[in-house]
Amino acid sequence: MTHPILITEQLAIGYAPRRGSRRIVAANLNLRLHRGEMVCLLGPNGAGKSTLLRTLTGMQPPLAGRIWLDGRDLHTFSARELARRLSVVLTERVETGPLTAYALVALGRHPYTSWHGQLTVRDEEVVRWAITAVQATHLAARPLHELSDGERQRIMIARALAQEPIVMALDEPTAFLDLPRRVEVMQLLRRLAQETQRAIIVSTHDLDLALHIADMLWLLTSNGGFYAGAPEDLVISGALATTFAHEGIVFDQQRGQFRIDRPAQRQATLTGNGIIRYWTAQALERAGWRVVAGGETELHIVITGDDHQPSWDIYRDGVKKQQTRSLYATIQWLRQQYQEEHQHERHA
Amino acid sequence: MDAPQQMSSTTAITVWPRLGLQPLALTLMALSTAFAFVLSLSLGSVRIPLDQVLAILAGGEAERASWKTIIVDFRLPKALTAMLAGAALSVSGLQMQTLFRNPLADPFVLGVSSGASLGVALVVLGVGAANTAFLSVIGLLSNFTLAVAASIGAGAVMVIVLGLARRVQSSVTLLIIGLMIGYLTSAVVSLLLYFSIAERIQSYIAWSFGSFGGVTWSQLRVMAPTIGIGLLLAIALTKSLNALLLGEMYARSVGVNLKQARFGIVTSGAVLAGTVTAFCGPIGFLGLAVPHLCRALLRSADHRLLIPACVFIGATTALLADLAAQAPGLSVVLPLNAITALTGAPVVVWIILRRGVSRGTFGV
Repeated sequence: MTHPILITEQLAIGYAPRRGSRRIVAANLNLRLHRGEMVCLLGPNGAGKSTLLRTLTGMQPPLAGRIWLDGRDLHTFSARELARRLSVVLTERVETGPLTAYALVALGRHPYTSWHGQLTVRDEEVVRWAITAVQATHLAARPLHELSDGERQRIMIARALAQEPIVMALDEPTAFLDLPRRVEVMQLLRRLAQETQRAIIVSTHDLDLALHIADMLWLLTSNGGFYAGAPEDLVISGALATTFAHEGIVFDQQRGQFRIDRPAQRQATLTGNGIIRYWTAQALERAGWRVVAGGETELHIVITGDDHQPSWDIYRDGVKKQQTRSLYATIQWLRQQYQEEHQHERHA
Repeated sequence: MDAPQQMSSTTAITVWPRLGLQPLALTLMALSTAFAFVLSLSLGSVRIPLDQVLAILAGGEAERASWKTIIVDFRLPKALTAMLAGAALSVSGLQMQTLFRNPLADPFVLGVSSGASLGVALVVLGVGAANTAFLSVIGLLSNFTLAVAASIGAGAVMVIVLGLARRVQSSVTLLIIGLMIGYLTSAVVSLLLYFSIAERIQSYIAWSFGSFGGVTWSQLRVMAPTIGIGLLLAIALTKSLNALLLGEMYARSVGVNLKQARFGIVTSGAVLAGTVTAFCGPIGFLGLAVPHLCRALLRSADHRLLIPACVFIGATTALLADLAAQAPGLSVVLPLNAITALTGAPVVVWIILRRGVSRGTFGV
């Protein structure tokens, strides 16, 4: 086992305003980060993800404890020394005026260049390597303001990479991206961590994605708790389930994913199988019916037709009431029926 | 993911963009300054042929002795003042636009010129209000007195702003403080104007129009080195300015000492703007427009290019504006401030629209 390159000892993070009392967000954090690892920092809003990232990157002083980077106390580095070991991608949108993507990545060489910022041959090599590593060679000559959000994020990652850091910290790098772009960026980070033997910390709200990609999860809870471990470890220990338990979502340990916690009021039985059955059950769950394996239920749905043209027969108390051709129509019909009855009950 | 994979197969022939210093563009800009310089020595109420101008500049004798007097005693100091002022204001404006990440920032956002105005107003208007017997003093209120008053005013505001710059956390706070100082001083100036007499008001307003003409050789000996120091400081801060393009948090993350850099930029910007205002009056527009012009012409936000470009284009613009203010064919000299904006604004709007770069500048 290699030595961790980032270690925290009894770290407490939070705010100590000049006036007013200190607000501790989380305390007694003993973190370990290794080369080649990608860590996803998860937690509900306000749990302190950004505070932890800012503290680990030296942008905010810790309230207690110490941070060791590469065997040295983080706060003994000069700004320039720190910039050669640690780089960041922040949530704020960068507006630079007329600058090409290449020139932007070149700004990452700041901690290495002379007083006037002249790039050496080696500097340019690193810039090109960084752009190639994020697969953005085709973007190099484009002005920054012409890039899409996803392309822009790639360039910002290349810029952080051009600092040749040991640790890269990214604050919600997927926040403004669509799903394919999110997967792309996360996979890119994962690959960079492995291939360049850097440690990468990513704070994110993409729980599912983090579960599938991260080497390790750091989990901050709303009440200042902290869990660390492989995603699967945190599933088994139930840490994931408890962290988000109050947030209206439930972690399904069987399926390994989060689902929205919607207490089912009624039960239904379902005849059919395969993919149609799976999505029918999903749709029923969304509308408030829990699909049970057997037994007597008032509502029974039979899937007919084939996979390409399915239809649904709706039975109530054993009597076929309706046939629908889409799940949208099924749910609509069910809602109408039950709403009407509900109203009748009220009037009666 | 298709495009990157296709690209990777052609990486071998990737043509990387060059981060060159565009020596050709900068040389052209320098030539334009030289041209405007010679032109401003040649044109005026007395037209002196170009070859004679060059001969006098080279230290030779002119066909007519009066030409040499006109150039050496009047036109040369004025042209040099214009060049220094144009360069100083443009570089100062560039620094403020980058520091505050605001395309509307100019050298005067720090309140330095407001301070200078207050100093001048106190001398011109205040003395009169205190004692009307000093009315005859107006004639004695030489350019030099005004320069001293303006320097003291600008210096006082600069000390206040610099003191605050070391304390405040965010540049936006600094921007607001600068604006407030501006409002405060103009309020005091308004009060002074209200209680003053017409002659003195006119003399204050004449100062506020701005002019390159009143600076003598002996004043240039103070003005030139001061602006030189301001420009050198600006050049020394090039790298920090480039990092600040990313925003303050990113700048810090690449190793910029934010407080130091901010203090240096504010010092340089205030010295440049304060010196020009002290000697030439509050000259607007140049400091706002020239940086935009340079960004549009070079299509770059790199300060390694922009600072020399602002020096050259700023000097050229100031020389041309001064020429225009002399109103060829008319016997009067028009207010410089009116001319800079009147001739410059349409040009800048045209260039920026045509180049379509405003979109990429600070998200505007």
